[in-house]
Amino acid sequence: MSGYRLDKGGYIDRNTPLTFSFEGKQYSGFDGDTLASALIANGVSVIGRSFKYHRPRGILGAGLDEPNAIMQIESGPHTIPNLKATGIELYDGLQANPVNAWPSLAFDALSINSLLSRFIPAAFYYKTFMWPHWHVFEPTIRKAAGLGVSPNFPDPDRYEKRFVHCDVLVIGGGPAGLLAAQAASRSGARVIIVEYDPEWGGSLLNDPKEMDGTTSDTWIQKIVDELQEAPQTTVLNRTMAFGVYDHGLIGLVERVTDHLPVSSRSGVRQRIWKVRAAHTIIASGAMERPFVFPNNDRPGIMLASAGETYARRYAAAPGKRVVVVTNNDYGHYCAQSLQKMGVEIVAIADARLQKNTLLPGQIDLNNYPVFFGMTVTDTSGRHRVRSAQLHAIDDSGKAISGRSHNIDCDTILMSGGWSPVVHLFSQAGGKLVFDAKAQAFIPTSCEQNIVCVGAATGEYSLAKNLIDAAKAGSNAASKSGFKCGSMAVPSVEGSEASTVRAMWQVDVSAIGGSEQKAWVDFQNDVTASDVKLAIRENFQSVEHVKRYTTLGMASDQGKTSNVNGIGVMESVLKKPMAQVGTTKFRPPYDPTTIGAFAGRRVGENFAPLRALAAEQGHKEAGAKFDDYGGWKRPVCYLQGAETEAEAVQREAKAIRHGVGIFEASPLGKIEVFGPDAAKFLNRMYVNIMSTLKAGQCRYGIMLDENGVVFDDGVLGCLKENHFLVGTTSGKAAAIAEQFEEWLQCEWTDLDVVTDNVTSAWSIINVNGPNARDLLQKFDCTVDLSPDVFKHMQMREGRLAGVSCRIQRVSFSGELSYEVAIPWAYGASFWQALISEGAAFGVCPFGIEALMILRIEKGYLHVGSDTDGMTVPQDIGFGRILAKKKSDFVGRRSIMRPDAVRKNRRQFIGLENISDESPFRVGAHILPPGKVAPPAHTQGWVTSSVYSPNTGKPIALALVERGTERYGEEVQIWDLGESRRAKIVRPGVFDPEGRRLHV
Amino acid sequence: MLQINCPYCGPRSEVEFRCGGESHIKRPGPPEDVSDAEWSEYLFFRKNPKGIHFERWLHRFGCGRWFNIARDTVSHEVLHEYAIDMPAPTIIEKTK
Ligand SMILES: [Zn+2]
Repeated sequence: MSGYRLDKGGYIDRNTPLTFSFEGKQYSGFDGDTLASALIANGVSVIGRSFKYHRPRGILGAGLDEPNAIMQIESGPHTIPNLKATGIELYDGLQANPVNAWPSLAFDALSINSLLSRFIPAAFYYKTFMWPHWHVFEPTIRKAAGLGVSPNFPDPDRYEKRFVHCDVLVIGGGPAGLLAAQAASRSGARVIIVEYDPEWGGSLLNDPKEMDGTTSDTWIQKIVDELQEAPQTTVLNRTMAFGVYDHGLIGLVERVTDHLPVSSRSGVRQRIWKVRAAHTIIASGAMERPFVFPNNDRPGIMLASAGETYARRYAAAPGKRVVVVTNNDYGHYCAQSLQKMGVEIVAIADARLQKNTLLPGQIDLNNYPVFFGMTVTDTSGRHRVRSAQLHAIDDSGKAISGRSHNIDCDTILMSGGWSPVVHLFSQAGGKLVFDAKAQAFIPTSCEQNIVCVGAATGEYSLAKNLIDAAKAGSNAASKSGFKCGSMAVPSVEGSEASTVRAMWQVDVSAIGGSEQKAWVDFQNDVTASDVKLAIRENFQSVEHVKRYTTLGMASDQGKTSNVNGIGVMESVLKKPMAQVGTTKFRPPYDPTTIGAFAGRRVGENFAPLRALAAEQGHKEAGAKFDDYGGWKRPVCYLQGAETEAEAVQREAKAIRHGVGIFEASPLGKIEVFGPDAAKFLNRMYVNIMSTLKAGQCRYGIMLDENGVVFDDGVLGCLKENHFLVGTTSGKAAAIAEQFEEWLQCEWTDLDVVTDNVTSAWSIINVNGPNARDLLQKFDCTVDLSPDVFKHMQMREGRLAGVSCRIQRVSFSGELSYEVAIPWAYGASFWQALISEGAAFGVCPFGIEALMILRIEKGYLHVGSDTDGMTVPQDIGFGRILAKKKSDFVGRRSIMRPDAVRKNRRQFIGLENISDESPFRVGAHILPPGKVAPPAHTQGWVTSSVYSPNTGKPIALALVERGTERYGEEVQIWDLGESRRAKIVRPGVFDPEGRRLHV
Repeated sequence: MLQINCPYCGPRSEVEFRCGGESHIKRPGPPEDVSDAEWSEYLFFRKNPKGIHFERWLHRFGCGRWFNIARDTVSHEVLHEYAIDMPAPTIIEKTK
């Protein structure tokens, strides 16, 4: 043995040495190592510092239950925080660093935390740092108690998602999982089997057996080959099932390239599989529990199964002088197996009395001292354990003074019994019960089609588990309608009868020990005394104790700590484990990369914007784009060196003096057909729509059932029983959906069909005094003459040979045509308008200029000038309401006393009489006599701009009793400034509306 | 994520649907005959059972049709799918 590497054995490739660095120091390992096994082989015992006290910590486990060996790997954009060294496959050039040590592992400046106060009790931070506010202290505390750091760069890796359906999903590639998959696969069912590890075989990798007269390695290989060849079966290693959701949905994450050196990775790094499985078989095995005794956290103290895994799978000896502490037979098997591999066993302490064990003949008790009825009560050693103190214990588990041993060692292997891995079963809604024989929570029933097999059931006899697994595989396939033949189950050697003595915590009160350093949760630094303190402070429920102490809330989700923690609660609450119960497990089973969840939806694809028909034309005209309700639309068009604000002012002025063009394609367009179309629209809109004649348009507002103004738009009648409903750009889809909801769910008697044609038609708005002259340059079958095509009318026809729908409607107060043509022609129509318009000085304009124009006219914008409390009476629809007798959506709600009270906020205009700059949107109107808050607000500014066509700032507002107060001067509280305004009618430009009718 | 059996398209993932909440709610009217209490009952008051819930769903990214389901709010099991204008089926709740 050189260092800690055993001379032979292991699944490592000794011909492929690899170098890696840990905390800046170079080490070497072999292909097939994990980072953890390579560190152990190099004799590195301190691999991290604990979360709260910064105590030196070593590797505890060999799988995803590892609480201590938390790593930050690589640097720059490829860095990944908080990975467990036990789950990282070693590759050449791997860089790893511990996460909780500053400046270094050997000297951690913050370990002073463990000297400061006696100890930091549960919830100490929350209790101590309450004033003035927890958030003031939190950043510093988090740094001291932090985990890794997230990268400061965009993620350079690619991820993808895949959706699949299958008949049988098997989670876990140990003996039970493999056999279940084989049984299901042979029926021809669609089977998926997943395994977190790169290697198949599970427990057989640690504990090889003779199976069917051959080695377990050969048996595994044969079965994996068969599954891989089966056409309907998908075999995924390096894949973790992280979550089980409703109706058989299981989330998997496949690590495609994580095991390769960063420089040789290409393609997708990780892939999320969303599997909808008709039946799921969980074969996730069991995890070993540590013991809770004082100073059980020193480096060199490890789970017994982990010690065996390192020696067996990776040929890395867990230590050179090993003490095994156990309460069940496994400790003996483990010790014997390690000794055979050349690891020195100094002693075994078995909590059971010898008469209570069923140790078979193959266990030789003469190879090393075996102390029955004794357990570890304390340890010594700073950077690695140096000795174990053993005491005899009485029937209640209390250490007895006097009868003790002190044993020199460099390693203590703990076998505190086994807990089935029930996380996924619990996530699925499955129920767990405490089983006294197994001394563990075991799975029982589940509403979903999910069963557990193998050690995950709490049964540890391989022979029995294989029979049950084959049955489970066949059952699942037959329930999906596949025929299963009989399955031969391999015969296996050995007997697995065992007893286990409950040992949740070693009671050291009689020997003067301190449980303040008896760790339950290693990663979150929760001790037995923390759990007891929480109970003393009256946190009785297991869910409350968990949150108060943070027990089980670290990135390992308490895999090694939950059951022991519940055991400690049992002793204090004096109620059995079964009644204390366990917390519910939630996804993910182990932290999962956020990038994998995002998949391809990153950057531009995160929330893709919809493009206008003439996007290229807008670019060429100098458009500056922004996101307006999911559409990428021009804010304005920049000329020369002008600023955005200057461009908006220029455009708003140009339209009133010539002609402008604006792409309005996102305006919602919903066609409504049928004999009851008019009746239906009457019920959807506040206005009467049934009187609309073919070729006419009408402005309408729509409420929700609470009576709140929801949308507005122009409705046109194409012909009898055929309407074109215009909606605002952001609401097209929502309103189309509402129409259908009312028609399908409430008014099923109405004979109406709706069709959302928003993206079928592009719209270019030609706007301004010269609009007609410009449009007349085109070959159009629609007569635009003012005496035949009037304001608020619409026509259908052909423009340049293409069908068109033209509405003469205006949001600017100028002569304005909204010309709709099929989407594909929008871009060329825009180009033609630019070239034909050159003679008129045509001005492309963006949304902001249109907003100025509508504010000058006092036209309201739903969502800006209205809010979630605005009813139609507030915005001048009182008269229309009075005329309409029939019911419509929201009608009853606007009859409520609150909707008809006299002091409602009403839509009005404001004239700035203090200065020349616009009020800020949101500025408050104060009651008479008040110049500053505190004061009751009478309303607020809802729209505000500088108006280039009147040469002054103008605003719209919602103000209490506003329409009774025209001419009144009011005080404005504008972000700390006191200003004055006069209440006026909305619409300061062309108030008579003459320009609309030219 | 639920799997819902659209009566018109077959089983699809929940992401394709929109839940419209409790079904079989009668809209009172005409407005002038409806009391404030009756109207607020219609607008705001919903059942929140631990057990069978009748609710309406829209197959939004599919056939675009509304339909009803009976769902167990504890197990999320969908016991029935039925047309929007059908009355709620009688279901004997499983003893839990
Ligand atoms: Zn459908």
